[in-house]
Amino acid sequence: MEKLRQTPSQTVGPFFAYSLTAFQYGYDYNSIVNGSIIGDHTGGGQIYITGTIFDGNGKAIPDAMIELWQADTQGNYTTKYPGSPTPENQFRGFGRLGTGTDPDHQFCFKTVKPGPVNGQSPHINVTLFMRGSLRRLSTRMYFSDEINEEDALFSNVDATRRHTLIARRKENNGSIEYQFDIYLQGENETVFFDV
Amino acid sequence: MNSNDHYNTQPPHLYPAYKSTILRSPTQPFMPVNELLKDLSLPAFGESFIGEFDNDLTKNARKNGEPIGERIKVSGKVMDEYGRPLPNVLIEIWQANSAGRYIHKEEIHDAPLDPNFLGAGRMLTNSDGNYMFYTIKPGAYPWGNHFNAWRPNHIHFSVIGHQFEHRLVTQMYFPGDPLFEFDPIFQSVPGHARELLIARFRMDWTDADFALAYEFNIVMNGKAKTPFE
Repeated sequence: MEKLRQTPSQTVGPFFAYSLTAFQYGYDYNSIVNGSIIGDHTGGGQIYITGTIFDGNGKAIPDAMIELWQADTQGNYTTKYPGSPTPENQFRGFGRLGTGTDPDHQFCFKTVKPGPVNGQSPHINVTLFMRGSLRRLSTRMYFSDEINEEDALFSNVDATRRHTLIARRKENNGSIEYQFDIYLQGENETVFFDV
Repeated sequence: MNSNDHYNTQPPHLYPAYKSTILRSPTQPFMPVNELLKDLSLPAFGESFIGEFDNDLTKNARKNGEPIGERIKVSGKVMDEYGRPLPNVLIEIWQANSAGRYIHKEEIHDAPLDPNFLGAGRMLTNSDGNYMFYTIKPGAYPWGNHFNAWRPNHIHFSVIGHQFEHRLVTQMYFPGDPLFEFDPIFQSVPGHARELLIARFRMDWTDADFALAYEFNIVMNGKAKTPFE
C-alpha cells in the first residue's frame, strides 16, 4: 500500500486569536478551550503555570499561542474531553492561551499538578505556534520541587540543557505558581522535541 | 528523487526569506522523541462544543445581511498516512474576508471590514473523516515581510486528532494563484510538496447555482504504529 504524504505545516500567523483564542481576546465568538485546565470543582490543589516566550533578541513574543496537555492528579489523561459527557470534577487537561493580552506578554494557566504517569516524573506537554514559526514546537515542562533525574525522557536530555525544562516554584500571596519561561534561541534555548 | 525526499514534505524551521523565522526558530538540534510521546493521546472533543453554524462562516456572524464575496464550499477528508479516515478530529479555521481584511485588532491593512463576516469556524470530522465548511473566498492582502509583499489567498487550518503527533497547523491555498512564486511562507515548503497545500477545484461538488466547491484533504503525521509494521 502506497503511503500518503503528510500535509505540510504552515505558520499560525499573527491573526489566529479571533478563532483559536477568541474569548481571551474579547472577540464575539465562543472558545472551546482557554487558560483554565481545571474547573471550579476540580480538587487537588490549584496552581498557576506562568511564563514568557522569548525570541533570539531576548524580547517577549506578543503573538504566540501555547497549548498545555497534562494528566490529572492521579496521572491519568482525560481523553474524553468535557462536553459529552462532562467529567464530575471538570478536569479538562487541555489549555490554550495567546500571549497577546497580558501587558508583559506572559501566559498564565490555572491547573493542578499532574500525578506521575507510568513512572515518569510529573510533567506537562507544551506546544507552541507563532508567527515566524513554520512548524509546531513541542517541549515538556517538569517541576522544580519533584525528582526528575530518573524520568526516562528528562534523563535523556543533555545534562547542560535540562534546566530549560524545569518550571520554578514560587509563592505569590499564598497562591502557588510555577514559572516556565521558554527561550527560542540563546544560551538558555529550550529543548524541543522532534515530534 | 529518492523516497526519503518524496516523503519529506515539511518546511524547515529557519527559512530566512520569511524574516520572522530568523529570531524565532530554534538553533539546537531537535531531540528525538521516544515511545513516551508517541503513545500519548490528545483530548477528544465532543459534539456539544460545536455550535449549529460553526461550520458555516456565511451565517455565523451575520448582523444585518449576508457577507460580501464569493460563496464557496471547502470540504475534504482527514486521514493518516495509510489513508485511513480519522473521525472526530477537531478542525478550526480562520481567514481574511473577501477584501483581504482580517478582523484581528492588530491588522492595519486598509481594506474594509465586513460587518457580517467574522472569518472563524470549527467542526469535527464525521465517522468517515470528512468535514465541510461554507465560507467566503478570502482576498489577498499585503504584509510587512518585504517591499510590496502579498499573501496568496488562503484559509488557516488548525487540526487536533487523537494522537500526540496528530497536531497540525497549516494553510490551504487556491489553485493557480499568481502570488505563489512571491510568497516565502508558501515557498518554504519543499517544491515537490507544495501541491499538497493547494485545494482542488471540484465542479462536481458544487452546490448548483449557490456555491463553488474546493477539496482539501489533510494527511496527519504518522509516527504511530500501524497494522502494516
